[in-house]
Amino acid sequence: MSQNKSRPLSPHLGVYRWGPAMLVSIVNRIVGNALATVGALVLLWWLYAVSTGPEALDYLKSWFDFYYLGYVVLVGITWSFFQHLFGGIRHLVMDAGAGYELTGNKFWSIMTFVGAIVATGLVWAYIFTNMLEG
Amino acid sequence: MGQGTGIGRVRGLGSAKHGSHHWIVQRLTALGNLTLTLWLLFSILTLTNYEHETLAAWLSQISVAVPMILMLISIFWHLKLGMQVMIEDYVPDTALRLIALTLLNFYAFAGAIFGIFVVAKLAFTGVAS
Repeated sequence: MSQNKSRPLSPHLGVYRWGPAMLVSIVNRIVGNALATVGALVLLWWLYAVSTGPEALDYLKSWFDFYYLGYVVLVGITWSFFQHLFGGIRHLVMDAGAGYELTGNKFWSIMTFVGAIVATGLVWAYIFTNMLEG
Repeated sequence: MGQGTGIGRVRGLGSAKHGSHHWIVQRLTALGNLTLTLWLLFSILTLTNYEHETLAAWLSQISVAVPMILMLISIFWHLKLGMQVMIEDYVPDTALRLIALTLLNFYAFAGAIFGIFVVAKLAFTGVAS
Protein backbone atom coordinates (compact mmCIF):
# COMPACT_ATOMS: atom_id res chain seq x y z
CA MET A 1 0.00 0.00 0.00
CA SER A 2 1.50 3.32 -0.98
CA GLN A 3 1.43 6.07 1.60
CA ASN A 4 2.55 9.65 1.21
CA LYS A 5 5.08 10.16 4.01
CA SER A 6 4.61 13.94 4.00
CA ARG A 7 0.93 13.74 5.00
CA PRO A 8 0.23 15.00 8.51
CA LEU A 9 -0.25 12.43 11.28
CA SER A 10 -2.85 12.91 13.96
CA PRO A 11 -1.27 14.37 17.11
CA HIS A 12 -0.27 11.73 19.66
CA LEU A 13 -0.55 11.61 23.46
CA GLY A 14 2.23 14.14 24.10
CA VAL A 15 0.31 17.14 22.81
CA TYR A 16 -2.74 16.77 25.05
CA ARG A 17 -3.19 18.21 28.52
CA TRP A 18 -3.85 15.34 30.91
CA GLY A 19 -7.34 15.11 32.37
CA PRO A 20 -9.30 12.52 34.38
CA ALA A 21 -11.11 11.13 31.31
CA MET A 22 -7.81 10.47 29.55
CA LEU A 23 -6.29 8.92 32.65
CA VAL A 24 -9.23 6.55 33.30
CA SER A 25 -9.04 5.38 29.68
CA ILE A 26 -5.32 4.54 29.69
CA VAL A 27 -5.44 3.10 33.22
CA ASN A 28 -8.34 0.87 32.12
CA ARG A 29 -6.05 -0.58 29.46
CA ILE A 30 -3.12 -1.05 31.82
CA VAL A 31 -5.10 -2.75 34.61
CA GLY A 32 -7.06 -4.74 32.04
CA ASN A 33 -3.86 -6.21 30.67
CA ALA A 34 -2.52 -6.79 34.19
CA LEU A 35 -5.69 -8.73 35.03
CA ALA A 36 -5.48 -10.63 31.73
CA THR A 37 -1.96 -11.82 32.54
CA VAL A 38 -1.17 -11.85 36.29
CA GLY A 39 -4.81 -11.95 37.43
CA ALA A 40 -5.87 -14.77 35.12
CA LEU A 41 -2.75 -16.86 35.87
CA VAL A 42 -3.20 -16.52 39.65
CA LEU A 43 -6.87 -17.51 39.25
CA LEU A 44 -5.85 -20.62 37.27
CA TRP A 45 -3.13 -21.49 39.79
CA TRP A 46 -5.60 -21.16 42.66
CA LEU A 47 -8.24 -23.34 40.91
CA TYR A 48 -5.55 -25.92 40.11
CA ALA A 49 -4.35 -25.95 43.74
CA VAL A 50 -7.88 -26.39 45.13
CA SER A 51 -8.56 -29.13 42.58
CA THR A 52 -5.24 -30.93 43.22
CA GLY A 53 -5.02 -31.09 47.00
CA PRO A 54 -3.88 -29.57 50.31
CA GLU A 55 -0.16 -29.66 49.44
CA ALA A 56 -0.68 -27.68 46.23
CA LEU A 57 -2.75 -25.09 48.11
CA ASP A 58 -0.20 -24.90 50.94
CA TYR A 59 2.49 -24.15 48.36
CA LEU A 60 0.38 -21.32 46.91
CA LYS A 61 -0.23 -19.98 50.42
CA SER A 62 3.51 -20.15 51.24
CA TRP A 63 3.96 -17.14 48.95
CA PHE A 64 2.03 -15.05 51.48
CA ASP A 65 4.94 -15.57 53.90
CA PHE A 66 7.58 -14.70 51.30
CA TYR A 67 8.00 -10.99 52.18
CA TYR A 68 4.19 -10.61 52.00
CA LEU A 69 4.48 -11.04 48.21
CA GLY A 70 1.15 -12.90 48.02
CA TYR A 71 -0.63 -10.01 49.73
CA VAL A 72 1.02 -7.41 47.49
CA VAL A 73 -0.03 -9.33 44.36
CA LEU A 74 -3.56 -10.02 45.63
CA VAL A 75 -4.16 -6.42 46.75
CA GLY A 76 -2.85 -5.33 43.33
CA ILE A 77 -5.24 -7.70 41.59
CA THR A 78 -8.15 -6.51 43.79
CA TRP A 79 -7.44 -2.85 42.98
CA SER A 80 -6.97 -3.62 39.27
CA PHE A 81 -10.21 -5.59 39.33
CA PHE A 82 -12.24 -2.71 40.82
CA GLN A 83 -10.54 -0.11 38.62
CA HIS A 84 -11.35 -2.17 35.51
CA LEU A 85 -14.87 -2.86 36.84
CA PHE A 86 -15.71 0.83 37.42
CA GLY A 87 -13.86 1.93 34.28
CA GLY A 88 -15.78 -0.74 32.37
CA ILE A 89 -19.14 0.36 33.77
CA ARG A 90 -18.24 3.94 32.74
CA HIS A 91 -17.53 2.57 29.24
CA LEU A 92 -20.90 0.79 29.08
CA VAL A 93 -22.74 3.97 30.19
CA MET A 94 -20.92 6.01 27.53
CA ASP A 95 -21.61 3.32 24.91
CA ALA A 96 -25.29 3.85 25.68
CA GLY A 97 -24.78 7.52 24.76
CA ALA A 98 -24.86 9.01 28.28
CA GLY A 99 -22.30 10.86 30.38
CA TYR A 100 -20.63 13.09 27.78
CA GLU A 101 -21.32 16.42 29.56
CA LEU A 102 -17.96 17.92 30.56
CA THR A 103 -18.58 18.31 34.29
CA GLY A 104 -20.39 14.98 34.68
CA ASN A 105 -17.78 13.12 32.64
CA LYS A 106 -14.95 14.58 34.73
CA PHE A 107 -16.78 13.79 37.99
CA TRP A 108 -17.44 10.12 37.11
CA SER A 109 -13.91 9.69 35.73
CA ILE A 110 -12.53 10.73 39.13
CA MET A 111 -15.14 8.57 40.88
CA THR A 112 -13.85 5.39 39.17
CA PHE A 113 -10.49 5.97 40.93
CA VAL A 114 -12.10 6.85 44.27
CA GLY A 115 -14.48 3.89 43.99
CA ALA A 116 -11.70 1.43 43.16
CA ILE A 117 -9.55 2.52 46.12
CA VAL A 118 -12.50 2.52 48.55
CA ALA A 119 -13.77 -0.89 47.37
CA THR A 120 -10.27 -2.40 47.60
CA GLY A 121 -9.92 -0.98 51.11
CA LEU A 122 -13.30 -2.37 52.17
CA VAL A 123 -12.59 -5.87 50.84
CA TRP A 124 -9.20 -6.12 52.57
CA ALA A 125 -10.48 -4.55 55.78
CA TYR A 126 -13.17 -7.24 55.79
CA ILE A 127 -10.63 -10.02 55.13
CA PHE A 128 -8.18 -8.82 57.83
CA THR A 129 -11.00 -8.32 60.37
CA ASN A 130 -12.12 -11.92 59.78
CA MET A 131 -8.54 -13.19 59.98
CA LEU A 132 -8.01 -11.52 63.36
CA GLU A 133 -11.29 -12.94 64.70
CA GLY A 134 -10.73 -16.40 63.24
CA MET B 1 -11.19 -0.59 -7.90
CA GLY B 2 -8.02 1.51 -7.86
CA GLN B 3 -4.50 0.17 -7.32
CA GLY B 4 -3.04 3.28 -5.73
CA THR B 5 -3.75 4.54 -2.25
CA GLY B 6 -5.33 2.46 0.53
CA ILE B 7 -8.56 4.40 0.40
CA GLY B 8 -8.67 4.08 -3.40
CA ARG B 9 -8.52 0.29 -3.21
CA VAL B 10 -11.51 -0.04 -0.88
CA ARG B 11 -13.65 2.89 -2.03
CA GLY B 12 -17.01 1.79 -3.37
CA LEU B 13 -16.85 -1.74 -1.98
CA GLY B 14 -19.18 -1.00 0.91
CA SER B 15 -19.09 -2.40 4.42
CA ALA B 16 -18.04 -6.00 5.10
CA LYS B 17 -20.97 -6.05 7.58
CA HIS B 18 -19.02 -7.51 10.45
CA GLY B 19 -17.12 -4.47 11.66
CA SER B 20 -18.98 -4.29 14.97
CA HIS B 21 -18.72 -7.97 15.92
CA HIS B 22 -15.52 -7.63 17.98
CA TRP B 23 -16.91 -4.55 19.73
CA ILE B 24 -20.27 -6.18 20.54
CA VAL B 25 -18.71 -9.40 21.89
CA GLN B 26 -16.32 -7.39 24.06
CA ARG B 27 -19.36 -5.67 25.65
CA LEU B 28 -21.32 -8.92 26.06
CA THR B 29 -18.38 -10.67 27.74
CA ALA B 30 -17.91 -7.52 29.87
CA LEU B 31 -21.46 -7.99 31.18
CA GLY B 32 -20.69 -11.68 31.78
CA ASN B 33 -17.52 -10.76 33.69
CA LEU B 34 -19.36 -8.08 35.68
CA THR B 35 -21.99 -10.54 36.91
CA LEU B 36 -19.77 -13.60 37.41
CA THR B 37 -16.73 -11.96 39.04
CA LEU B 38 -18.96 -10.15 41.55
CA TRP B 39 -20.58 -13.53 42.29
CA LEU B 40 -17.09 -15.00 42.85
CA LEU B 41 -16.00 -12.10 45.08
CA PHE B 42 -19.04 -12.32 47.37
CA SER B 43 -18.94 -16.09 47.30
CA ILE B 44 -15.30 -16.12 48.47
CA LEU B 45 -15.84 -13.43 51.10
CA THR B 46 -18.73 -15.35 52.69
CA LEU B 47 -16.68 -18.56 53.11
CA THR B 48 -15.83 -19.30 56.75
CA ASN B 49 -12.15 -20.01 56.04
CA TYR B 50 -9.75 -20.63 53.15
CA GLU B 51 -8.53 -24.11 54.17
CA HIS B 52 -8.32 -26.70 51.40
CA GLU B 53 -11.19 -28.82 52.73
CA THR B 54 -13.58 -25.86 52.75
CA LEU B 55 -12.54 -24.62 49.29
CA ALA B 56 -12.69 -28.08 47.66
CA ALA B 57 -16.17 -28.79 49.11
CA TRP B 58 -17.31 -25.35 47.98
CA LEU B 59 -15.88 -25.63 44.43
CA SER B 60 -17.29 -29.15 43.78
CA GLN B 61 -20.90 -28.01 44.14
CA ILE B 62 -22.90 -27.64 40.91
CA SER B 63 -23.96 -24.14 42.03
CA VAL B 64 -20.27 -23.11 42.18
CA ALA B 65 -18.57 -25.23 39.48
CA VAL B 66 -21.02 -24.16 36.75
CA PRO B 67 -20.76 -20.37 37.29
CA MET B 68 -16.98 -20.81 37.72
CA ILE B 69 -16.72 -22.48 34.29
CA LEU B 70 -18.98 -19.80 32.77
CA MET B 71 -16.76 -17.14 34.36
CA LEU B 72 -13.62 -18.73 32.89
CA ILE B 73 -15.16 -18.72 29.41
CA SER B 74 -16.27 -15.09 29.75
CA ILE B 75 -12.96 -13.91 31.25
CA PHE B 76 -10.69 -15.63 28.72
CA TRP B 77 -12.86 -14.55 25.80
CA HIS B 78 -12.83 -10.95 27.06
CA LEU B 79 -9.09 -10.91 27.75
CA LYS B 80 -8.39 -12.33 24.30
CA LEU B 81 -10.36 -9.48 22.69
CA GLY B 82 -8.83 -6.85 24.97
CA MET B 83 -5.21 -7.95 24.55
CA GLN B 84 -5.79 -8.26 20.80
CA VAL B 85 -6.66 -4.55 20.69
CA MET B 86 -3.54 -3.69 22.70
CA ILE B 87 -1.31 -5.72 20.35
CA GLU B 88 -2.93 -4.22 17.24
CA ASP B 89 -2.41 -0.71 18.65
CA TYR B 90 1.13 -1.01 19.99
CA VAL B 91 2.92 -3.60 17.80
CA PRO B 92 3.44 -1.89 14.43
CA ASP B 93 5.68 -4.60 12.91
CA THR B 94 3.52 -7.00 10.88
CA ALA B 95 5.52 -10.16 11.61
CA LEU B 96 5.85 -9.44 15.35
CA ARG B 97 2.15 -8.60 15.49
CA LEU B 98 1.21 -11.91 13.86
CA ILE B 99 3.42 -13.81 16.33
CA ALA B 100 1.98 -11.89 19.29
CA LEU B 101 -1.61 -12.51 18.16
CA THR B 102 -0.88 -16.21 17.62
CA LEU B 103 0.63 -16.55 21.11
CA LEU B 104 -2.34 -14.64 22.54
CA ASN B 105 -4.74 -17.12 20.97
CA PHE B 106 -2.74 -20.05 22.36
CA TYR B 107 -2.74 -18.43 25.81
CA ALA B 108 -6.46 -17.62 25.81
CA PHE B 109 -7.58 -21.07 24.66
CA ALA B 110 -5.08 -23.02 26.76
CA GLY B 111 -5.88 -20.95 29.87
CA ALA B 112 -9.63 -21.35 29.50
CA ILE B 113 -9.44 -25.11 28.84
CA PHE B 114 -6.98 -25.65 31.73
CA GLY B 115 -9.27 -23.79 34.15
CA ILE B 116 -12.40 -25.59 32.97
CA PHE B 117 -10.63 -28.95 33.18
CA VAL B 118 -9.39 -28.58 36.77
CA VAL B 119 -12.80 -27.37 37.97
CA ALA B 120 -14.61 -30.20 36.18
CA LYS B 121 -12.09 -32.76 37.43
CA LEU B 122 -12.65 -31.73 41.04
CA ALA B 123 -16.43 -31.65 40.62
CA PHE B 124 -16.56 -35.08 38.92
CA THR B 125 -13.89 -37.05 40.74
CA GLY B 126 -13.04 -35.15 43.94
CA VAL B 127 -9.56 -34.63 45.36
CA ALA B 128 -7.09 -37.50 44.90
CA SER B 129 -6.05 -38.68 48.36
